[in-house]
Amino acid sequence: MEKMVPVPSRGIIPERDVNSSPILEVSHLGITFGGLVAVDDFNIVIGKTEIAGLIGPNGAGKTTVFNLLTKVYQQTKGAILLDGLDTKGMNTVQVNQTGIARTFQNIRLFSSLSVEDNVKIGLHNQYKYDTLSGILRLPNYWKAEKQSKEKARELLSIFNMEHMAKYKAGSLPYGAQRRLEIVRALATNPKLLLLDEPAAGMNPRETEELMENIRKIRDTFQIAVLLIEHDMSLVMGICEGIAVLNYGKIIAKGTPEEIQSNPEVIEAYLGKQKED
Amino acid sequence: MKKVKKLRKSTRSSLITYGLVILFFVIVQVMMITGNLSSSLRGQLVPIAAYIVMAVSLNLTVGILGELSLGHAGFMSIGAFAGVIVSTSLENQIANAPLRLAVSMLVGGILAAVVGVIVGVPALRLRGDYLAIVTLAFGEIIKNVINILYVGYDSSGLSLSLKSANALGLEEGGKVVLNGPMGAVGISRISTVTAGFVLIIVTLFIVLNLMHSRSGRAIMAVRDNRIAAESVGISITKYKLMAFVISAALAGLAGSLYALNFSTVVAKKFDFNTSILVLVFVVLGGIGNIRGSIIAAAVLTVLPELLRQFNDYRMLLYAIILILVMIATNNEKIKNLINRVTLMLDLKTKNDPKKGGAA
Ligand SMILES: Nc1ncnc2c1ncn2[C@@H]1O[C@H](COP(=O)(O)OP(=O)(O)OP(=O)(O)O)[C@@H](O)[C@H]1O
Ligand SMILES: [Mg+2]
Repeated sequence: MEKMVPVPSRGIIPERDVNSSPILEVSHLGITFGGLVAVDDFNIVIGKTEIAGLIGPNGAGKTTVFNLLTKVYQQTKGAILLDGLDTKGMNTVQVNQTGIARTFQNIRLFSSLSVEDNVKIGLHNQYKYDTLSGILRLPNYWKAEKQSKEKARELLSIFNMEHMAKYKAGSLPYGAQRRLEIVRALATNPKLLLLDEPAAGMNPRETEELMENIRKIRDTFQIAVLLIEHDMSLVMGICEGIAVLNYGKIIAKGTPEEIQSNPEVIEAYLGKQKED
Repeated sequence: MKKVKKLRKSTRSSLITYGLVILFFVIVQVMMITGNLSSSLRGQLVPIAAYIVMAVSLNLTVGILGELSLGHAGFMSIGAFAGVIVSTSLENQIANAPLRLAVSMLVGGILAAVVGVIVGVPALRLRGDYLAIVTLAFGEIIKNVINILYVGYDSSGLSLSLKSANALGLEEGGKVVLNGPMGAVGISRISTVTAGFVLIIVTLFIVLNLMHSRSGRAIMAVRDNRIAAESVGISITKYKLMAFVISAALAGLAGSLYALNFSTVVAKKFDFNTSILVLVFVVLGGIGNIRGSIIAAAVLTVLPELLRQFNDYRMLLYAIILILVMIATNNEKIKNLINRVTLMLDLKTKNDPKKGGAA
């Protein structure tokens, strides 16, 4: 294959990752639904251990970007390089195995199953054994089950949720469901974690804790995080780089300070009400 | 505010289920030895075992995988007739009846699994209730195919015809195994209550252990949230197919057991009504509830027999009991399922001469 068009050199924060190659390089990404251009000429570079933010008004196309990155939709234009690998032609399962995990704006848990089972399902490709070994309960079943149980508890402990392991996921309070989704995503051992409005529905205290934990996750697992969020205190508080999306196009990229003082961004957020 | 509730201990629950089956088997054995079992009830034991396996295996598809199947009896049919053919052909080779039964059932199960793959691959790759449509058609097709099938057995082996029993050209001493619409005839009845009991235990072992393993969790993940399952690296098609094929194989085993309990069996026995009957067992026992399926299948199979003393009102009472249990177990899952089934039935009864266009 021919070399793709070079990515614009400016990532969200180019100075952070001068010595290592980025985890994600997206160039000229675009998708149209019928006549609607939902995402257009989307370019972004994310460093290996960066916490990046994607913000923008309702309907700007933020979730669609996540759906493109995880191949829920196939792009009509552009390329996605994950850790240097072109994800073209991959499906959602393959993208996850290559290193992207996500949470959902409308929580999608395995709600009739226990909290622990939700995390174990996230560990599906980490501790493997075949179906027959599982039915016959051969030694590799016991070994892998023990390992995945321990790992599940360990991951739940990030959010102090071990005591909820046996609870039914669907019966958890809203905030705990959001945290469980993050744990489940982490269980797949990702290099890049996508969080779609992780603080939605959380109270200020929970949001504060969430910020701490996102940082902790980055530091412990040495992974990159890209998050969509409407809560500006969270975005400005933890993101090292931010991209602003409006009508499917990036209108600004930069550090939290740069974004906050960008007139186009302010316009996008305030101007929205006038048009509606 | 939703209440946080603890999930039931799964291993304890499984043990209770095994215990229940073992207890029931012991009671039946004691009653048989002491002569306290009426002959009509005694004759029901193998069919009860077969229907229990049918219900548990259908629950794997409907309750654990969350797909609707309306042709489960079709797999039973395949197992039944394959089992009869194998058993008759091996009558001289394998004199030991239990061993011949085991081999016949195994072949019936494997054949049903193969057909399960053929039916499942195209249907399960699509979203929506395509499996319901395809299995519905499959059940009808299987019935009609077996109705025109003539199979004979003599010293030169098996012979097959689509015309008539005479066309088989059997030599003297040869046997007609499958006689078109007359079904399988002259079956040597080698099924036993013990074999039924063993099959139930094996079925429980497979289904319960599967549910509590990595693959079983993946199957339930697909049921609970397809998109989320994919996002954590679970192949939807693989696990849908796995559950469906295991379910079909178990139905095949049940079919062989059932057929080898009678001297004649016709294809009509395994028609759409039987598929719905088994679905009723699953719904009444609780969707996803394995123990419930066992109890519902057992009780509802003997119930018409027990109600015999009420004579004319027998079926009326049966219907009333069904409705009462329905109301008692009334919940979201059941309503949802009933909606899906009625939608399919509408589709089935709608005799539109124009092909296609149904959605
Ligand atoms: N599958 C689809 N088919 C058609 N249009 C779609 C589809 N998915 C998204 N869209 C449209 O694309 C646009 C962007 O939607 P998207 O969900 O990405 O917005 P968002 O930035 O996440 O908004 P919010 O902040 O409200 O979550 C919207 O106009 C939406 O209606
Ligand atoms: Mg969104």
